[in-house]
Amino acid sequence: MSKFRKDDKKETPPISTAALPDIVFMLLFFIMVSTTMREVTLKVQVKLPQATELSKLERKSLVSYIYIGPPQQQYQAQLGSEPRIQLNDSFATVGDIQDFIVSEREAHDENEVPLMVTSLKVDQYTKMGIVSDVKQELRRVQALHINYSARKRTEKN
Amino acid sequence: MPRKLPEYNAASLADIAFMLLLFFLVTTTMDVDSGLERKLPPPPPPNQDLSKQPQIKERNVFVVLVNKNDQLLVEGKPMRVRDLREAAENFMANPNNDPTLPEKEVKDVPFFGPTEVTKGVISLQNDVGTTYGTYIAVQNELVGAINDLRDQLAQRKWGKSYDDLDRDQQKAIQEIYPSRISEAEPKKVGKK
Repeated sequence: MSKFRKDDKKETPPISTAALPDIVFMLLFFIMVSTTMREVTLKVQVKLPQATELSKLERKSLVSYIYIGPPQQQYQAQLGSEPRIQLNDSFATVGDIQDFIVSEREAHDENEVPLMVTSLKVDQYTKMGIVSDVKQELRRVQALHINYSARKRTEKN
Repeated sequence: MPRKLPEYNAASLADIAFMLLLFFLVTTTMDVDSGLERKLPPPPPPNQDLSKQPQIKERNVFVVLVNKNDQLLVEGKPMRVRDLREAAENFMANPNNDPTLPEKEVKDVPFFGPTEVTKGVISLQNDVGTTYGTYIAVQNELVGAINDLRDQLAQRKWGKSYDDLDRDQQKAIQEIYPSRISEAEPKKVGKK
């Protein structure tokens, strides 16, 4: 009978949380290794078009980004909803692109300049007019290697 | 005998680690950047003589026009984007030596010996009012057509896909199926 008597004095021992920090650190390291720092805060809305024939951008330090799209909601009161160009952290015009590319080049070593790529992140509903203007500017500064940023299309057509 | 050190309380270590974790979750992004890689043509020299430009025969040009309503006109006929890849492949390969499709020129290509190489050029012209999404879809099909042809040739010759070949082999295939997509300046008509 005494075998089944509940021992009132013994409480359940608390679960040891000693391993919890280790688990969290493991997660932390995974995220630190697999992600990259966000460089700019987007001021324009960019919904990338979809494509299948993609190639990955190697060496992110050599890539300069040009964003084109309608301004974010909080800027639309001043700027309207027409697509705008964003360079680094601010809105820009087509005329600023040459200076932007030149300053990007100056930040790099001379022998790395031919390897530099310009990535165009353009909203899919933008009209081609502004994109063509940007491309003409890029031709003028001899930044000929470009990459039209796109998302992978899951095959369905 | 040395005195045992008292154990410190490690309960808040987890909180600190969580804080770090959240910081990295917020400030970093995981997306891999990928896209369609293209080379722009160099700017034309200022004193260019238009009459001295090499003339390209009409049968060697595959004209793709995109208007402001995102409709395609390929070689004078309307077409849907999904049919474009096949048409471009047929144009570049010209399997039956059709006289309306591009001429071929015999070239000495490493690994292949004398081979017939197409002289075809794809010309893409878009309107100012074309949406970027359509433009990318068209570019994607044209690049895809050339990639498909290169892949087929690589499979036939080496039984491997084009991406698995070494650099010299890829160069040889590039010579047979060059990526010649020329973009005209967009037309200024029909703005918006």
